[in-house]
Amino acid sequence: MTPLTLLTTFLGWAALAFRLPLFPEQASTHAPHVDALYFFMLAVCGGVSIAIVVLIFYFAVRYRRQTPDQLAEEADVPVALEWAWIIIPSLFFMSFFGWGAWLYFQDAKAPKDALEIACTGRQWMWKFQHPDGQREINMLHIPVGKPVKLVMVSEDVIHSMFVPAFRIHMDVIPKRYTEVWFEATKPGTYHMFCSQYCGTEHANMIGSVVALEPHEYQTWLNGAATGSLALRGEGLFNKLACNGCHTGDAEARGPYLPGLYGRNVQLTTGEVIVADENYIRESIIKPGVKIAAGYDNIMPGYDGQLTEEQIIELVAYIKHLGKKYDQFEPVAPPTAPAPRPAGQNPDQTLPTGNVKPSATPPVTAPAPSRPASEGARPTSN
Amino acid sequence: MIEENVSLPRIHYLNSHYGWKSWLFTTDHKRIGLLYMISITLMFFLGGFFALLIRLELLTPQADMFNADTYNKFFTLHGVILIFFFLVPSIPGTLGNFLIPLMIGAKDVAFPKLNLLSWYIFVIGSLFTLWVVAVGGIDTGWTFYTPYSTTFANTHVIAATLGVFFTGFSSILTGLNFIVTIHKMRAPGLTWFRLPLFIWSLYATSIIQVLATPVLGITMVLIAVERFAKVGIFDPALGGDPVLFQHMFWFYSHPAVYIMILPSLGVVSELISAFTWKRVFGYKFVAISSLMIAIFSFIVWGHHMYVSSMSIYAGMLFSILSYLVAVPSAVKVFNWTATLYKGSVSYDTPMLYALGFIGLFTIGGLTGLFLASMGLDRHLHDTYFVIAHFHLIMVGGAVMGYFGGLHYWWPKMFGRMYPEWWGRLSALIVFVGFNLSFFPQFIIGYLGMPRRYHVYAPEFQVLNVMSTAGSSILGVGYLLPLVYLIWSLRYGKVAANPWKAKGLEWETASPPPPENFLEQPIVTEEAYNYPTRPAHSPRHAGKLTGGLAQPAGATGKGREAEVV
Repeated sequence: MTPLTLLTTFLGWAALAFRLPLFPEQASTHAPHVDALYFFMLAVCGGVSIAIVVLIFYFAVRYRRQTPDQLAEEADVPVALEWAWIIIPSLFFMSFFGWGAWLYFQDAKAPKDALEIACTGRQWMWKFQHPDGQREINMLHIPVGKPVKLVMVSEDVIHSMFVPAFRIHMDVIPKRYTEVWFEATKPGTYHMFCSQYCGTEHANMIGSVVALEPHEYQTWLNGAATGSLALRGEGLFNKLACNGCHTGDAEARGPYLPGLYGRNVQLTTGEVIVADENYIRESIIKPGVKIAAGYDNIMPGYDGQLTEEQIIELVAYIKHLGKKYDQFEPVAPPTAPAPRPAGQNPDQTLPTGNVKPSATPPVTAPAPSRPASEGARPTSN
Repeated sequence: MIEENVSLPRIHYLNSHYGWKSWLFTTDHKRIGLLYMISITLMFFLGGFFALLIRLELLTPQADMFNADTYNKFFTLHGVILIFFFLVPSIPGTLGNFLIPLMIGAKDVAFPKLNLLSWYIFVIGSLFTLWVVAVGGIDTGWTFYTPYSTTFANTHVIAATLGVFFTGFSSILTGLNFIVTIHKMRAPGLTWFRLPLFIWSLYATSIIQVLATPVLGITMVLIAVERFAKVGIFDPALGGDPVLFQHMFWFYSHPAVYIMILPSLGVVSELISAFTWKRVFGYKFVAISSLMIAIFSFIVWGHHMYVSSMSIYAGMLFSILSYLVAVPSAVKVFNWTATLYKGSVSYDTPMLYALGFIGLFTIGGLTGLFLASMGLDRHLHDTYFVIAHFHLIMVGGAVMGYFGGLHYWWPKMFGRMYPEWWGRLSALIVFVGFNLSFFPQFIIGYLGMPRRYHVYAPEFQVLNVMSTAGSSILGVGYLLPLVYLIWSLRYGKVAANPWKAKGLEWETASPPPPENFLEQPIVTEEAYNYPTRPAHSPRHAGKLTGGLAQPAGATGKGREAEVV
């Protein structure tokens, strides 16, 4: 495998030199194995392709028709050649099969000591529950150097958990548990995609895997365990599927909520009002009263369905959203008690709906500016 | 191409009858072939139009032209239209219908009325689909995965599945017709191993069409039933099994890949022989490989489902079988390459398509090996790597083969040549555009971009822009033939057998008379019996004369044209 590792390294360097991404990051114990097989097959198949193309070019030029009635020349090609090009490729194919099957078989079962995290897929978000009760949406914090097993189920249609940097992939099926496991090898934030088409917002059923050093992971666990007001509101927000409509996409059926608090809002009547606590509260329980311009009156009212505490939690959540769903205002330390304007653990990020994974760094560092694509995405119709 | 000094025959199948009734009620396989050609051309450009819209949206990482719903409908319609209404009927419906009786020395196919019926069924299926396009589309993806398609989608799923259901019958009837025709209607002396390889490949295709398509029909009906009557078949909320759908769907749709590519493999065998004036090397191996592909195609469907929670052991079985099906395909490529050796290679338009085909089919096939590997598929599944792979086979393979065949037999169909320079130019444009469109997608796929995303992470943009640029070049490459082929119908130079190709179809006039041959041809030679000159002899040694058959009293237009 050493020459293959060298080749990987070399190609990686070449890709970096030309600033063109060619290979995804290797961030799990699976990744180098998958890449090694990939490079082996690339070498064999690439060699065969080149050989065939060269031969075709050579024959086509060498034996080109030079006079209009030039006949083909008698060629004495041994029939043994037929058997050679049946048997030799078959042997290579069997080596591909064997290696691929071995790789798959070897990694099929998670180690016994794997950390088990529950994952629920639904249109269009990923929900995770850690063993100690910490919950996250579209974001998965995991420790580096420890096997992690995801036990997955879908609430509606088939989804598929895909983390390219880990080279793992598994369908998430309604009413049936499926499993996938991985062991992250370096800290970082990695894409998490739904790769099985699941309906309208399939392309936004994305998130990030945040791999942390074990002690940082522990810190995160401790922080996430304190259920602040806004955090509980976030849970409610997702439970009620508010983010199904308030996605922030061009086609969203509801307005984009981050940054809403304190801003001017134009209504369908042409009136402009300030989005304060009362407006947000009213919009939850009687959404038809004041409709933001550009949207239809389609949201169901929650009058009588939510307790006051729950409404307070929801309002607190919406108030504390930063510029986007996965970003709370950077604020006080995690131990502070809940009811305060900015009472959120900065280590904790709370994504929903449409999170671009690259937007969220691991721990402490403030969120970097939104990628250009995100910034450009319209926030209303 | 060889200059000929010929004139059109006085009576041929195009001018023997006039009026719309003579077309819509015809039972002439040649006219039905043209009816198919017109209908699938419309579907081809409609499906291609959706492809361009998809590529336009993917120019930038954010959704700036279409919203999610619209994009989802575009890729669904792109897939449904091009797979079920273009690729599946393309070569069998047009070239197959037109050429099988001519190539085997028959007056028509075995069941001419059934043949016409199959076209009408195809049209009904197409109208269903066009109706779906007109009233708002469908967003399930061409794969109709459950339970999304049966329970969650709120688009026109039932109408679309019925469209696919209907066109399936057209496919079955065509296959049935071809099988019987090839078995029962070969000219005297035309033994199985004297058949052109195109016939072999269509025979293999027909077997798949007859045996696999019913399963697709059943699956489509089950979707409609579950959606309409809420009977629990696939939706677990109703007590069904969503993975069962995938087994049923791929039981048709993997063999269907071979319905699409096998006819092209046959076309390319014809082209390689005709443009090297040489017997295809390893004829029997190439012929049998078509049958092997057809047989193996039925037992590899599970390689679409490695990450679907299927058992590992089932996965291993499907994986090893998928590698075995690659062997006969490899055999074909090696044999074509060997055919070029010491041939008399000309670079006419159809040959350019054929050579491009070999390269792209080779790479398309080899990248299939990556996906057949369980260990790699765990990463590559449902990424752009898959998209690139099957577009190499479907577009770089099936469509290139269709275009090559269309150019090759164009003078046979209409008795006129298209402008050769434009033909070569468009073949080149298609090749360049195709490579630029799809090679970046392999890289995007390995990087991890999933399919069916209208918004994507910014780091994938450079490669997506390349792909979009390529697709617009490809679009030009496809539009050019549309223009010059239509132009040639009236203004093209009259031609009978401009390639001096062997084969029964070239032994009759171009365009052929309504009854194909004025007298029953009798075959005395194997296919591709081109004369050769001794090894190491000078280039001008020997002359190309004679024919495959001895059609006593045939019009002999082709013969007159030969340069002697």
